[in-house]
Order: sequence, then structure tokens, then C-alpha cells
Amino acid sequence: MAIDITQFHETFFEESFEGLDIMESGLLNLDIGAADNDTVNSIFRAAHSIKGGSATFGFSEVAEFTHGMETLLDEMRDGSRDVTQESVDTLLQSVDCLREMLGASRDKTPIDLGRAEVLKKDLEKILSSNNSIKSPSENNDSNSTTPASEPSGGSGWEIKFKPYHDMLRTGNDPVRMFRELAELGELSVEVDISQLPALEDLDPEESYLSWKLTLKADVEKEKVKEIFEWVEDECDIELNELSAATDKTDNPANVIAAATTASPQATDKPKKLATPKKPATSTDSASIRVSIDKVDALINMVGELVITQSMIGQLDCDLDEFDNNRMEKLRDGLTLLERNTRELQESVMRIRMLPISFAFNRFPRMVHDLCQKLNKKIELRTTGEQTELDKTVMEKIGDPLVHLVRNSIDHGIEMPEDRVSANKPETGIIELNAFHKGGNIIIEIKDDGAGFNKERIKAKAVERGLISSDEQLSDEKIYDLLFQPGFSTAEQLSDISGRGVGMDVVRRNIRELGGNIDVSSEVGKGTTFTIRLPLTLAILDGQLVCVGSEIYITPLVSIVESLQIKKEFVNNIAGQTELYKVRDDYIPIVRMHNIFGIDAEQKDLEGGLLVIVEGDGKKAGLLVDDLLGQQQVVIKSLETNYKRVDGVSGATILGDGTVALILDVDGLIELSRNPPTSGNTSTSQVREVA
Amino acid sequence: MSVAQQIDSNTSVDVMTDTDQYLTFILAGEEYGVDILRVQEIKGWDNVTPIPNTPDYIKGVINLRGTIVPIVDLRHKFSLDTIPYGATTVVIVLKVSGDDGNRTMGIVVDAVSDVYNVAAEEMKPPPDFGTISIDYVKGLATVEDKMVIVLEIDKLLNSGVLDKSESFLQ
Repeated sequence: MAIDITQFHETFFEESFEGLDIMESGLLNLDIGAADNDTVNSIFRAAHSIKGGSATFGFSEVAEFTHGMETLLDEMRDGSRDVTQESVDTLLQSVDCLREMLGASRDKTPIDLGRAEVLKKDLEKILSSNNSIKSPSENNDSNSTTPASEPSGGSGWEIKFKPYHDMLRTGNDPVRMFRELAELGELSVEVDISQLPALEDLDPEESYLSWKLTLKADVEKEKVKEIFEWVEDECDIELNELSAATDKTDNPANVIAAATTASPQATDKPKKLATPKKPATSTDSASIRVSIDKVDALINMVGELVITQSMIGQLDCDLDEFDNNRMEKLRDGLTLLERNTRELQESVMRIRMLPISFAFNRFPRMVHDLCQKLNKKIELRTTGEQTELDKTVMEKIGDPLVHLVRNSIDHGIEMPEDRVSANKPETGIIELNAFHKGGNIIIEIKDDGAGFNKERIKAKAVERGLISSDEQLSDEKIYDLLFQPGFSTAEQLSDISGRGVGMDVVRRNIRELGGNIDVSSEVGKGTTFTIRLPLTLAILDGQLVCVGSEIYITPLVSIVESLQIKKEFVNNIAGQTELYKVRDDYIPIVRMHNIFGIDAEQKDLEGGLLVIVEGDGKKAGLLVDDLLGQQQVVIKSLETNYKRVDGVSGATILGDGTVALILDVDGLIELSRNPPTSGNTSTSQVREVA
Repeated sequence: MSVAQQIDSNTSVDVMTDTDQYLTFILAGEEYGVDILRVQEIKGWDNVTPIPNTPDYIKGVINLRGTIVPIVDLRHKFSLDTIPYGATTVVIVLKVSGDDGNRTMGIVVDAVSDVYNVAAEEMKPPPDFGTISIDYVKGLATVEDKMVIVLEIDKLLNSGVLDKSESFLQ
């Protein structure tokens, strides 16, 4: 079997990290003392798959370490152990450790075994601590695993064998396996027919039965396992030593998949059952998992496209007979083609979309850990986890979100005693909401904490020299100070936040994604951060504008309106800055040709076209020669082969193959204030000299 | 198999162990060379989309099968007199490696000339001359009694792209 199993490593790691996430969220959801069986089971399954996989792929340290966790989980699962805070915490730490170990294995760096050893000892300590709560009555429960204190009437095995429904289809016959078992020694078989449906519902090709086999024979476990080797991934199987004093359970399914061919499925399948279609969360993964529905939709669409193409193709066989009838057909065909293309484009874009739960998933753990550290009581509520977001956006929004949530925990929510004295419930609430609005995704981070103290922000800003003490500021301006570099209102620095690095980075990251962030806050009631993000970074609805001989694309979302300039509405400040009066607003006019240094036709304001754009809360009117059509454009990066250019956010390729630049509205407004030709030493100025 | 080896075996030029191949081009009568392994393609001059507020040697960007590629006019860059682009004017598309990965850039030159094999030991270090920074020159090679200025394209094309303040002229 010359199969290079390293080719499956990527999948193994991806799935293992996924499994760790399942374990983590499961552990966080566990109620201490009254653990929900399903949750424990899903945690166990995840641990089990990781153990199996790592053993198969030769990561023995990982497998060994996971084994300890699995044993503990198994005892929790069969009810022989209480779920205590201590054990949950140890398990959570073990999850972290395991993640590091797997990460190290993936990056082929040495595994830090020190921490693993410590945790392993902790696990062993918990395991050896005597808190077995098993009552004798549970032993009679046919569903519980073999009791530990089974009288050892000679060595042998008790096997619980429950095939999945479709096992028979792969040509595996239980009877044959039982016969093989019988050859090993004395075998008694009990069949469980409780799953058997009524005769009319029965599908003869499905397996509904499960068995409890007792094999009284002094054989090695491997021997028994061998018999089930071929059905490992198609059944639930438990193998218990009859004479064993402890109820050490071991599942041959998955643990050691001797057959390397079967191993990928062996590790794969049980997890698939536990969490269908859950893509990888590793933020730096270069691959993406796509649900089969989306792929099917794509294939359908391509099929349609081919049909349309052949339909149009039929038309051009005899051009001599080209008449109105054909013209009509051609037009229909083109309409169809357009629709197909659009749908295809949408489907392809959808592949990149992931539910935002990927970004939200890490928060329960974070909140849990920080609460313990800070002795606060916080409940995390999330809504709209299924809102889909472009993968790239998702990867980049993760860190800013973490920062904001940390801030809310650290500064927003007060200590329980403070909350009680402020007539608020002891437990604070942090809400994470995601939803669509317009062409954007909105993410809200809302806490019901103390809110921002505007006076303190102002005082701090004065202290930092950001504003002068007598400056009158609107609320908006005050909150804007929060995003200034080096600004922090935390009275005491903590290692969680408050070093003053962060909020400015948060805003910069969000802006880089083409979004923005707003704050609203009420003292004593709480704070809400609202992040607005574009749905995707790859495609943009644009308005084509013409300046001189150049075509530029203005993002449609930033355009407020377009109008023809009337001389009487133009006002000047100091004879330079030109303002245009739109209703009650004075909007600065940005002469595109001046800023970009091109020769425009329309240098005179009178009769010119003004595109009013809004960026970063500020409005500006761009003077352009002409408005062309609107179209969706694919965003291409200028930075890939060149560098960032002020006032330009990227480039695209127009229908005729030429390149058009996409305007960066915020950058343009900034540029109009510090024109590149003025005497100051802005970077663009330096560049021009160079 | 590298491109160089391929070309060697196809054209049966005498292969020396550490010979490098250089594509040479003409710029105002002078012959310059670039490492042929860096050349991605050679294409005729076509209109570019100018980028605002960039140095004038950046002619603009073109669409190279879906990627946006900036074009540098080497005459501008070397402060030579500009001439109108003609029939022989070509764009040499090069792979440039910088600190932050590889980029693709194009240079506009008067004409492409030839491909030469130059052994490493035949390359002379450039004298310290005043016109262009010697950082941009890998060495001087003599081919058929002509001098070929072999360019260090990574440094040449990254300057003015990455280091905003660095002036090309000394």
C-alpha cells in the first residue's frame, strides 16, 4: 500500500483544529454538575477523532496526550464522573495545549512537551481522584458502558457493535464477522432490535440492528480489532475487557486505522456526523471549504451557460438568412447569457462567503477566561451568526473585534458589586450582532456597562495635547478622540487593554477593509460600537466618471448625488477654498484635474458636473467632466505590483481591456486638503521630487 | 529544468559552467542587459493608464491578462532625453523581487537587442561614475567589443517604488 499519507496531513490538521473548536465551545457550554449528555458526547467524539487521526499520522505525542483527555471525557460521558469546574478548566487548558502541539506538528517545529507533561499530570490527578458517583442501578442500564466492577470470570471481551445504517451496502456482513469471532473462543451474541422499524418501513438494504457480543477467550485486543478492521468507519464499536478492573474504554474504530487507505475516512466520518459542513476556522488557511450546495449550484449554472452558448451558436450557421426572427432569437440569447453570467458571478462570489460565526466563535472562550481573571460576571449573546461575509474580510475583522470585545469586558462592564449598587443586574451583557443593511454588513458590539465618560475623554485628550482645553466638541468629535493614536482612558493599565495601542489600529484595519466604525454611548447605560463592512472586497458597484481623457470609477456607495453646478451656489473662502451650497450644506469642491494633475476639459465650474461623495463622515463634491455608465467592477490591487497611491483604492479592467483607477473617496478628501503641489512635505510631494 | 538550460540545449551555444544569459536592449544608443531569467515577456508599446501623483518615470499601469502591471520608462528614469515611442519601442515585463515579495513590472526601452552569454568572471565591476547610482549596475560586460551595462533590476525598480525619499540620481 504505497500511499503517501502526508497528503492527508493538511486535512487532518484542518479537521483537528475544527475538532478543538468543537471541544472548546462544548466545554464552555457545559453546566457544572449537570452536564448535558449530547454536549459531552460531542466533546468526546472530537477528542476521539483527534486521537485517532494523530495516531494514524504518527503524531504520537498528540495521540498520547489526547488519550488522557479522552479517558476523562469518557468517564464524564458514561456518568461515572461529575463534571467539575476543575476538570472543565483542565480540559480547556488541555485544548489550548493540544492546539499548540498540533500547530507545532503542522509547522514541523518541536513540540513543547513541558506544558503537555504538566497538564497530563493534572489530568491523571483528576482521573485518580476518587469521585466515582456511579450508582449500582446504572449498571443495569443497557445503554451504559460496561461497569467497572464486572466480575472477572476469566479474561475476554465485551463488544458493543452498532453498524451505521448503510454498512451492509459496502458488502460487510456482520454474520461473517461473528463467525470469525467465534473461532477465537466462546461467543455469546445478544441482538438489540429496538431500532427495527415496522415491516412496511423496512429497507432490506439497511442495517437496523446492534449487537452485544461477549467473547470469552484469552486473545489480544488487536486480534478482535482486526476482525472489525474493515468496518471501523461504518459502525460504532466499543471494546471492553471483561476482566478489567477499570472501565477503560477503547474504540477500535478510528483509534488505530491499520489500513492507511481507510484512515482518511476513518478520522473524517465521525466528525462529519457531529458537525456537518463546518468549514475550517484557522484564520490563515489558504484553503476554503465549500458546502456541496454551493458547488452544485455552480455546476448547474455552468450547465445553463453551455446551453445558452449552443443556442446562440446555432444562430450563426447561415448568416445569409439573417432575418428579424433570428435577430429576435439572438437578442433573447444575449439576455439569457447576461443573466447566466451574473448568476454565475454571484455563485462564485458566494464561495468566498463564510458565516460570521467564524469570527464570533472565539468569543465565548475569551469572555469565559477574562471573566475569571477579572472576577466579573458577563453573559455573551450573539445574533446573526449565519450572516455571510467574504473570507478575506472575515480574516481581517477578527483582531479588531477581539480588541473591541476585550475593551468592553475590561472597561465597559463594571465589577459585579458596582453594578448592583448602580441598580443593574449583577451579570453584565455583551451582545454581538451581525446583520445586513444595504450593501453592507453591520456588526454591533454592545455592552450594558458604564459607558464612556465624555468629560474624562476630553480631559485625557487635553492632557495628551490632542485638543486644547477650551475647545468645544460635539459628541461625535469626542468619540472620535478614542480612535486617536496613543489614547486610552483606562485609569490603570492592565494586560488586557488600556495601553492605548489599539483603537486607532482597530479603526485603521476597518478602514482598510473599506468599512468604518461608529461609537455611541450613554453614561451608566452602556456603549455600542457599530462596524460597517462591505460584503465583499472583490467586486464593487461603480459609477464611471470622466476627467480629461481618463476614466475613473467612483464607488457607488459613497456617492450621495450628482448635480450640475450653478454659479450662484459657489462660494469662496479666502479666495481659495470653493464651497458649493447644496440645500443647507456647504460642501467643498474638489477639482479632480488639479488633484490628479491632468488636463481636463471642464476647468470652469459653471456648468460642470459635481459628484457629491461622502467618506468618513465628510462630504465633498468632485468636479468631473462627464458621468458615464454605472457598472460592477472587479477590484484589482495596485499594490500587488506597485504601491499604494493616495486617492486611489485600486484598479479595474474595463470592457475594452484598459485599466481604470478606482477612486478612494476618503483619500481624495484628505488629498484635497493637503494638495500634492503645495509646499508642505507630504509623502506625495516627496515622491514627486524623487 | 530551468529556462536557461532549455535555451542552452536548444541553441547549442557553448555552455560554460557559470555563464549567465542576459537579454540586452538599447536605450539612447547604449546597450543594457538584464538577467534573462527575470524576463517574463516582451510586448509592444500600448497605451497605459496614468497614475496620478507619481514620478514621471512611472508611465502608468497596463492590464497584463488580468493583473495590473506598472510601467517604468527607463529613459525617464535615467534622465535621458525622451523620444516619441516608435515601432521598435517595447515593454519588457520583468519579475522583480523585493523585501515584500515578488512583483511584476514593465520597462519601456527603445528596442531589444540580443541575448548574450556572459561568464561571471568576465563581468567587471562598474567604476564609480556620477550619472547613475552604481547600486543599480551589477557590472560591465564586454561582448563582441561592445560594452553592455548589466542592470541590477531589483534595486533599480524597487527604488522609487518602496523608498519614497531615495533619489535615483546621485
